[in-house]
Amino acid sequence: MRLHEYQAKDIFADAGIPVPNSQLADSVAGVLDAVSAIGYPAAIKAQVHVGGRGKAGGIKIATSEEEAREAAESILGMDLKGYTVDRVLVEEGVDFVDEYYVGVTMDRGEGEPVAMVSTKGGVDIEAVAEEDPDAIAQEHIDPAFGLHPYQARKVVYDAGVPAEYARDVSSILSTLYELYEANDASDIEINPVMITGDGDVIAADAVMNIDEDALFRQPDLADMEEDSYQNDLERKAGEYGFDYVRLSGNTGIIGNGAGLVMATLDLVDYYGGTPANFLDVGGGAKADRIGNALDMVFSDENVDSVVFNIFGGITRGDEVAKGINEALEDFEEIPKPVVVRLAGTNAEEGMEILNTDLVQVEATLEDAVQRAVANAEEVAQ
Amino acid sequence: MSVFVDDDTRVVVQGITGGEGKFHTEQMLEYGTNVVAGAVPGKGGQEVAGVPVYDTVDEAVEAEDANASVVFVPPAFAGDAVFEALDTNLDLVVAITEGIPTQDMAKVNKRLSEVDTNLIGPNCPGIITPGEAKLGILPGNIFEAGNVGLVSRSGTLTYQVVSNLTDRGIGQTTAIGIGGDPIIGTSFIDALEAFEADPETDAIAMCGEIGGEDEEQAAKYIAEYMDTPVAGFIAGRTAPPGKRMGHAGAIVSGSGTGTAESKINALNDAGVPVADTPGEVAEAIDDFL
Repeated sequence: MRLHEYQAKDIFADAGIPVPNSQLADSVAGVLDAVSAIGYPAAIKAQVHVGGRGKAGGIKIATSEEEAREAAESILGMDLKGYTVDRVLVEEGVDFVDEYYVGVTMDRGEGEPVAMVSTKGGVDIEAVAEEDPDAIAQEHIDPAFGLHPYQARKVVYDAGVPAEYARDVSSILSTLYELYEANDASDIEINPVMITGDGDVIAADAVMNIDEDALFRQPDLADMEEDSYQNDLERKAGEYGFDYVRLSGNTGIIGNGAGLVMATLDLVDYYGGTPANFLDVGGGAKADRIGNALDMVFSDENVDSVVFNIFGGITRGDEVAKGINEALEDFEEIPKPVVVRLAGTNAEEGMEILNTDLVQVEATLEDAVQRAVANAEEVAQ
Repeated sequence: MSVFVDDDTRVVVQGITGGEGKFHTEQMLEYGTNVVAGAVPGKGGQEVAGVPVYDTVDEAVEAEDANASVVFVPPAFAGDAVFEALDTNLDLVVAITEGIPTQDMAKVNKRLSEVDTNLIGPNCPGIITPGEAKLGILPGNIFEAGNVGLVSRSGTLTYQVVSNLTDRGIGQTTAIGIGGDPIIGTSFIDALEAFEADPETDAIAMCGEIGGEDEEQAAKYIAEYMDTPVAGFIAGRTAPPGKRMGHAGAIVSGSGTGTAESKINALNDAGVPVADTPGEVAEAIDDFL
């Protein structure tokens, strides 16, 4: 789960990391109030989970009330890579002489966290990692002990941060690691850390991703989850407790088990179709959950056809069939054609129960996907 | 022959009194697995499906001479349960639990480097040596004893590939679900190394997915050290970057690491054919045999 910039900055500020003065606004009037309190220049920043906000026109600098109004009018309500901007962060402009990168993330290969510092901040750090990996100093962290103070100093020196700022930057890094651990973050980064003309060090941006599997012990962060949904489909998936990812195609996909669902998406593509979504009902799904999955996929206006692919281990084919029947019997007319393929535990019982007036049945994964792709083509015409 | 588990494996089930633990203990017993004990704090002295329950793994191992454990403990307590198992010097721990916080697994991973125990999982379906032992939740009836090893990050995709193999009359030495989390115990390389050393395994099916670099590392290992032929499959070709596709570990990073393309290329470079569909994995294996 990704936090909004303003949420992450609140957490940073509470922990003592210097951040610019800022105020959240959801209207043009609100933005004007905020800039009059904060002063000029001010940055007006869209609060959406989209990378490259600046380039896409989601961040503007205002040096006057007129510019602030123009910026607010253009950003609020704009479509940023598929997401509508409904809030902006109005922030004091920082006069800076240098920009650094500071972050902590999980190194999957090593199975332990790694702290990273670079003097090439303020640009896409992944591009830096690609083109000039030596420009990013790294220090692995033993999770049992945490980041030792000497390590925080070492990685800052290794990155080539000038001596006069090294103490402040390593102090920010130590705090970042504490926040990473305390909040069950999967990533936490500041890009850029700005060095001001007065020699102060300040966090100009804030990125924090939280491990969703740890939300059970992070109640304050779990409360922010509702705020992290960016459209009705994501909210609905959250309510139903589904792993759901929307894509841009028109063949809806429902299955059990992440690997098999991904493989089904890939097969849709392989047979010339376009997947509309990833939806994993998980293990052991009962009839009502199957109905919710159908509701979820039918709620996506892009969907022209649906394929169900269930290989039962702990999930039982008869339960799935019951759920499909019950959900579809509620419709006067089936919204979109549904192809079902059941295998594994109780698949034969499931096949017998399935109401074939409502669904098309196929025996193999390949046949089911091909039929769903053909249905999607037909409906789309 | 087989890898990691066989007739002699003696299993303690951690979390045996929970719904999943109880159900799958019954299933494992029915399959013929030697489930010799359960371990649940505060439930010592009870019995589940005729299996005696102890308060600690240590007691269970002491009393019943267990050498492996299966963990069905809920995610909030599963990291602790795995630590308990690791500190008992078992040969093998299989963690089925899905949703263990990654930072808990980082600590487990550190401990794992200090002990001799093999961990499989977490967030995995377990391991099965057909006809001998099943540790986990795999549906036993789809497997047949034979000469093909299988290793996979996904449960249901494993079942799909196994049913394609079994339909062709191809059985399995052992099938291992290594799990879909970012930090796991047994890696592809560990599993491949075990299969390479097993004289009964004549070919290996390897099912990977997007995220991380484990498949790329495995490709290098195959090219350098393996004689047993391997056929591959990679799920997630159509996954967009930055989105977690169900499994916590199945995510292509914003910078483009962990893509299906990178994994497929690495495997192809190592001489491993990568199938376009799950069904073609069984065809490729058939060609090897």
